[in-house]
Amino acid sequence: MDRRDFLRALALSGLATTVKPSETFDLLMQTNESTASKKGYDMVAVIGGEPEVMFRHAIKEMGGIGKFVKKGQKVTIKPNIGWDKVPELASNTNPKLVAEVVRQCIAAGAREVVVFDHSCDDWRKCYKNSGIEEAAKEAGARMVPANEESYYRTISLPHAKNLKTAKVHQAILDSDVWINIPVLKTHGGAKMTISMKNMMGIVWDRGYFHENDLQQCIADICTLSKRPVLNVVDAYRVMKSNGPRGRSTSDVVLAKGLFISQDMVAVDTAAVKFFNQITNMPVEQVAHIINASQLKVGNMNLDKMNIKRIKL
Amino acid sequence: MLRKTRIAIAFVMLSLITFYFIDFAGLLPHKTQLLTTIQLVPALLALNIGVLIVLLLLTLLFGRVYCSVICPLGIWQDVTERIAKLFNKKKKYKFLPARNILRYGLLAIVTIAFLSGFTLLLSLLEPYSIFGRIASNIFHPAYMYGNNVLVKILGKFSSSLYIVEIAVRSIFSLVIAAVSLLIISFLGYKYGRLYCNTICPVGSLLGFISKFSLFKIQFDESKCNSCGACATKCKSSCINVKEHQIDNSRCVTCFNCLPACKKNAISFKYAPGIHSKTASAEEGFNNSRRTFLALAGTGLAAIPLAKAQNTMDTLNGKKPYKKLHPLSPPGSISAKHMQDHCTACHLCVSRCPSHVLKPSFTEYGLGGIMQPMMSFDKGFCNYDCTVCSHTCPNGAILPLTKEEKHTTQMGRVVYTMPNCLVYTDNTDCGACSEYCPTQAVTMKPYKDGLSIPSVNPDICVGCGACEYACPAQPKAINVEGNTIQLKAKPFEEEQKQDVKVDSFGF
Repeated sequence: MDRRDFLRALALSGLATTVKPSETFDLLMQTNESTASKKGYDMVAVIGGEPEVMFRHAIKEMGGIGKFVKKGQKVTIKPNIGWDKVPELASNTNPKLVAEVVRQCIAAGAREVVVFDHSCDDWRKCYKNSGIEEAAKEAGARMVPANEESYYRTISLPHAKNLKTAKVHQAILDSDVWINIPVLKTHGGAKMTISMKNMMGIVWDRGYFHENDLQQCIADICTLSKRPVLNVVDAYRVMKSNGPRGRSTSDVVLAKGLFISQDMVAVDTAAVKFFNQITNMPVEQVAHIINASQLKVGNMNLDKMNIKRIKL
Repeated sequence: MLRKTRIAIAFVMLSLITFYFIDFAGLLPHKTQLLTTIQLVPALLALNIGVLIVLLLLTLLFGRVYCSVICPLGIWQDVTERIAKLFNKKKKYKFLPARNILRYGLLAIVTIAFLSGFTLLLSLLEPYSIFGRIASNIFHPAYMYGNNVLVKILGKFSSSLYIVEIAVRSIFSLVIAAVSLLIISFLGYKYGRLYCNTICPVGSLLGFISKFSLFKIQFDESKCNSCGACATKCKSSCINVKEHQIDNSRCVTCFNCLPACKKNAISFKYAPGIHSKTASAEEGFNNSRRTFLALAGTGLAAIPLAKAQNTMDTLNGKKPYKKLHPLSPPGSISAKHMQDHCTACHLCVSRCPSHVLKPSFTEYGLGGIMQPMMSFDKGFCNYDCTVCSHTCPNGAILPLTKEEKHTTQMGRVVYTMPNCLVYTDNTDCGACSEYCPTQAVTMKPYKDGLSIPSVNPDICVGCGACEYACPAQPKAINVEGNTIQLKAKPFEEEQKQDVKVDSFGF
């Protein structure tokens, strides 16, 4: 343990007197885990398979789900369930992928798996028509609502620029670990929506983001101390135009991709580069990725990373 | 037996219809909506001939059975009447003379007001709509509040156990509903069916028809010892024991009098024609009957005429324009059609899953007070949702298929760039375009790599998602209502792309 780690541990143990024990435990756990994963791949990218198959390959290369989810833990999974749309329209995360992640968490001994999103359309319709409610429940998860302010608690974001506090869903705050499963789409406002933009769905007041420089606030929410232990980008069906809602299947391309990493910035950079093959979208245009990189949320330089690429 | 059957049917009816109004979680099947379509005024306004014939035959056969087992407000008064009996076991009714001038006069006034385009009076006095407003504005939020308390006590949330947002959609409608609830409950508590026999236009109409009903409550004078027990039980106060008369126009066939008679001198039986004594017993009744026939008869006959005239007005564009038009619900054809058919029962308001419908104030004009309009402060109209159009029993909002809904234009998008955050703050936003189902609002390249909204009102359906989502104050994007709903142009599909992506790109 070097001096930095020592000071960090000291600070955290100081914090332990002010916060609930479970939260402190998480912070420590996650710090340990992220150091541990450095030994393996930083990112695994898979193309050419079905969503659940690609995830199985990817997670195996990352060292197995057990590296991220421990026995007895409360796990929260945050897919994109923003819209009242069927899976074929690719507005929401693929339900088969969500179900596979749920199953693996339960197999790893998770005490409970909870799935939610703060939807844009009527949440009950979104949960149902996205196919996620049925798939996740069948896999053994519990769907929780996010439609009401009382489900959220205020947290502070000391490293953020514009978004200094945010009301975050209790399912995230009360979990032991959480997994972010966005879907890859274009976005009228943020240019692209991937892992970082998906973080907006854990927050109550999204209007604030739009009012205070959307691209900065997206980066800001990613400075949340309780990061996802894993980001799983669903690029099986990709919305190439009219995102994030989309209008018809002509907005959708069957790209069959999947990227997983603990680093949101890296995985989003990779996903944009993948997307750039379908529709022109240089990473530099996706300002929230640049902003998050400047806030040291993660690494945009994929060349310096240990990436495993799998073609099925 | 008759009485118990009546009570059982009425209980089921009131429970189901009330629950249908407050059922935010959609536990009841959609078929329950049938209970609202069999209400008289909705059936009249929707020109639901089948229901009208059945109700007419029912009344011609058995009298005002409608008032006892179909009308939710009638049953509600029976509930309050029953509560009164719990507190005062000796509660007794006594015969009261009929107030025919008042009741038939009111019926005539309501009919005339309605035909001249002023629906509000009918909305305020018509029992189904009164009950609807009570259920929608008072019971519905109360039920939601109960749900929230329960959820908080249980402390566990899931997709079937959750907190709901309770919002008073219109203070005016809440006050009207609360006042109606108090007055009706008080009248029911104190005087039984007084409202039904003096004010209610449906009661008056059915009362008139039931004079000719084949089955009636009848006295057997040979058995009657004039003890008056039956009259003390009559919540319509229509049994005149002294003269052995029953005013069948006021009898709601509750059958409470039957078990009260120890001599079996009173019974419900086949007795065609108007009882001669009933007619002669009431001075001046013939006159009022003539007034009724003249006024209501011409009135009813004029309904199709008035409807034809309305259609002509709409086609000729004669409708007076206001500067800002409210958006009427999808399928309501036009603001005018809405005003002519809606009695503000607020079923659509409480059934709307998107919280986009709310009772209007004076947006539609005085006659349209409390009729539903789209309001984007709490939500927006779901692109695929057609709930309100399949819910309206009055035919004010006509059924739409999902495909028809997709091209029904309730209003058109208006963009005010000087208010837009992209313009004022030079930051990305795009909330409007994000929510837009047809991309009538798209983001076009602006400056410094930013995108700015660009609108195409022709493909806009007027769902209001953009207005709801716009974070700017004041809003930079709004939807202006169409007084006549138009057909939105279908959006142009993107080039279908069958790309095979077989490399990573990084």
